[in-house]
Amino acid sequence: MSPISRGFRGRRTEVDPSRVPPGQYVVNDFPVLSAGPTPHTPLDEWSFTIHGAVDEPTSWSWEEFLALPTETFTVDIHCVTKWSKLDTSWTGVSVDTLFEGVETEADFVTAWSDGDYTTNIPLEDLTGGRAWVVHTFGGEPLEPEHGGPARLLVPHLYFWKSAKWVRGLTLTIEDEPGFWEAAGYHNYGDPWKEQRYWSD
Amino acid sequence: MERAAVLERLSIARAPIRWRTVTVRDVVDETPQARTLVLDVPDWPGHVAGQHVDVRLTAEDGYQAQRSYSIASAPEDQRLALTIERLDDGEVSPYLAGEVRPGDEFEIRGPVGGHFTWRVQDGGPLLLVAGGSGLVPLMAMLRHRAAQGSDVEARLLLSARSLGDVFYRDELSALDGVRVSYTLTRERPADWNGYDRRVDAEILADVGPAASADPLIFVCGPTAFVEQAAESLVSLGHEPGAIRTERFGPTGR
Repeated sequence: MSPISRGFRGRRTEVDPSRVPPGQYVVNDFPVLSAGPTPHTPLDEWSFTIHGAVDEPTSWSWEEFLALPTETFTVDIHCVTKWSKLDTSWTGVSVDTLFEGVETEADFVTAWSDGDYTTNIPLEDLTGGRAWVVHTFGGEPLEPEHGGPARLLVPHLYFWKSAKWVRGLTLTIEDEPGFWEAAGYHNYGDPWKEQRYWSD
Repeated sequence: MERAAVLERLSIARAPIRWRTVTVRDVVDETPQARTLVLDVPDWPGHVAGQHVDVRLTAEDGYQAQRSYSIASAPEDQRLALTIERLDDGEVSPYLAGEVRPGDEFEIRGPVGGHFTWRVQDGGPLLLVAGGSGLVPLMAMLRHRAAQGSDVEARLLLSARSLGDVFYRDELSALDGVRVSYTLTRERPADWNGYDRRVDAEILADVGPAASADPLIFVCGPTAFVEQAAESLVSLGHEPGAIRTERFGPTGR
């Protein structure tokens, strides 16, 4: 039973409670959280790779990546630091598209990024129309501080799983904790179950 | 960051992260906009300088709100201290930095965060770069260094709007062996001889240490401040992997 905080009333906003997970509050701006400096990889050195436990690694240059079929969609995002942003609009390539023709026995994926960031996600959470590699936010090229040129977007998990500056997906047989997952955050990160920290 | 280093950091604070009811023991005004809450925390598992806690407030009708705040106190301090800056359009900070008085209760859980941390055994030299209330977790590192009697070389560059906006001023000037530099971006005393502009590569080169000294660097502040400072540090040749950042957006707290 939580103690009453004397005199606290809160500043409640008119939001649809079915869209805001427990412990979250809605913001209108777009906060930035990163563990280090923002990387700036030139687009002619950029590539996106799927490798690891696959029959044949696949890689795209920036131009090849832009030539893939895209989807434009609107989703809500939820950061473990408590903010949620509703109705964010993105354009990018579905992970299903990237996995076309990829044969694997792996059940897990490590997404890796410029700046040595990693995050682990079950493969089934990246497929079935639930994850994208996006390059456009609100109709504009994704800004570097928000993960541009391209970031992973997995809106049904806490936003740290949506790796900024993503450069590839490594398929793994075993689940391998990524950067924040090894630093005390939850291994899976379902905002609706409030899985913030490892013991949640 | 090397995987081994990540795993090594796992060893800190592996106690389950659960809510604890805390009692406010003392309230200290730092500036007109910020105050420190000194808390009694039952069974606090301990923390590492740089970590933060989640705070949860509960209204009489059961409505709850959560936010994260950096820990200001050293691990060695007897009581946990949080310094909270009041954001006028905020939901939680006006309460914590305004309403709260000794004897009040709320909940916290933590400590949280295993990346933006420093312990004396991590060594140095240490370069701390703070924008405004971004000083709080860096102050925990300096307090830890002092409590351990460490002689690790440490420098702090603090950017604030005016002298009146600087937290912990007396304590900073009394720190042993820490070179503290200030830049005041909006308002300066007539006889001011510190820096007088937003942090840039020139100021950072001046403050040092040089990239060749391989300093451990911690940058904390508002997003735009951290972007600018981190980018400048990279341009001066510092390894991106040696620069740890913590940012907060306008509504982040």
